[in-house]
Amino acid sequence: MVRSATSLTGNGVRDWLWQRVSAVILAVYTVFIVGFIWITPQLDYVAWFQFFQGVGVKLFTLLAVLSLLVHAWVGMWTILTDYVKPAGLRLTLEILVIIALVLYFIAAIAIVWSV
Amino acid sequence: MSEAMRTVKFKIYRFNPETDIKPSMKDYELTIPDNQDMMLLEAILRIKALDDSLAFRRSCREGVCGSDGMNINGRNGLACVTLLSSLKQPIELRPLPGLPVIRDLIVDMKAFFKQYEKVKPYLVNNDPLPAKERLQSPAERKKLDGLYECILCACCSTSCPSFWWNPEKFVGPAGLLQAYRFIADSRDTSKVERLEALADPFSVFRCRGVMNCVEVCPKGLNPTRAIGHIRSELLAEGN
Repeated sequence: MVRSATSLTGNGVRDWLWQRVSAVILAVYTVFIVGFIWITPQLDYVAWFQFFQGVGVKLFTLLAVLSLLVHAWVGMWTILTDYVKPAGLRLTLEILVIIALVLYFIAAIAIVWSV
Repeated sequence: MSEAMRTVKFKIYRFNPETDIKPSMKDYELTIPDNQDMMLLEAILRIKALDDSLAFRRSCREGVCGSDGMNINGRNGLACVTLLSSLKQPIELRPLPGLPVIRDLIVDMKAFFKQYEKVKPYLVNNDPLPAKERLQSPAERKKLDGLYECILCACCSTSCPSFWWNPEKFVGPAGLLQAYRFIADSRDTSKVERLEALADPFSVFRCRGVMNCVEVCPKGLNPTRAIGHIRSELLAEGN
């Protein structure tokens, strides 16, 4: 058993499962958005505005953003632990990635609920 | 009448830590009868007769002991089961990648065997001993096919990028094939403990499924499939 304090769940199976579950959510969201673009006759500001006024769409969008962040963290953590060997530098980069991801989430909430 | 001869060209990685600062590639030429083919190992042995400073491992010379694993024209394999005629010249021989070089084509296999040791590659069964032996049905025995044949030549693990980056944390394809060989064994009673020991984010899950291991295995085994089975077992156990 290899201990790892900084991975998403500290457990390989759960990290792996989270990455796959989030991938499925992102795939469904992609189909959802492409479907909206497909069936909307006139795709202008008003159409987008009305679309994002629905609470369901807002929640689904935030869920998709959250999935993206979870997915990105598992992936970024894997890349950093593969390629960055000095522990101090790796931890610094990991913290920067976490800060960026958290800011993205806050920005996403601000954008989606401003509609 | 003299026999028609041909020349085979080699470039071989040379490094002697006692005298060399850096490794280098040395050219060799071997003259062999035109109508004769041989295994690469035989050719290396003939080169050694010309230059006895060349160091490499070999033993059984028939693909059973796993000693002469090396990087042949960029691909890991066993010299003793690789036909000379199948190789493009100059034939480039290097030590297995990713492990420290002791000398020339000899690598330090400690990291490899340490991972092998980690998976407890032996049967664990705490049930009372039966009168004769622990029996298996033919179906149970069949599950071990494709797993038990590994000769630990390290061709797979040393061709795996995940093993190169994390040799002390990722068990590697050879070790994981053995891990599954015992997880799948109906006579083993420590399946849960075995799976628990592998559930962290590195031991199994550092495998990205690039299948270099499958590509190079001289015994035609499929460690990636075994790793997939371990993942499914881990999911089923709910670790």
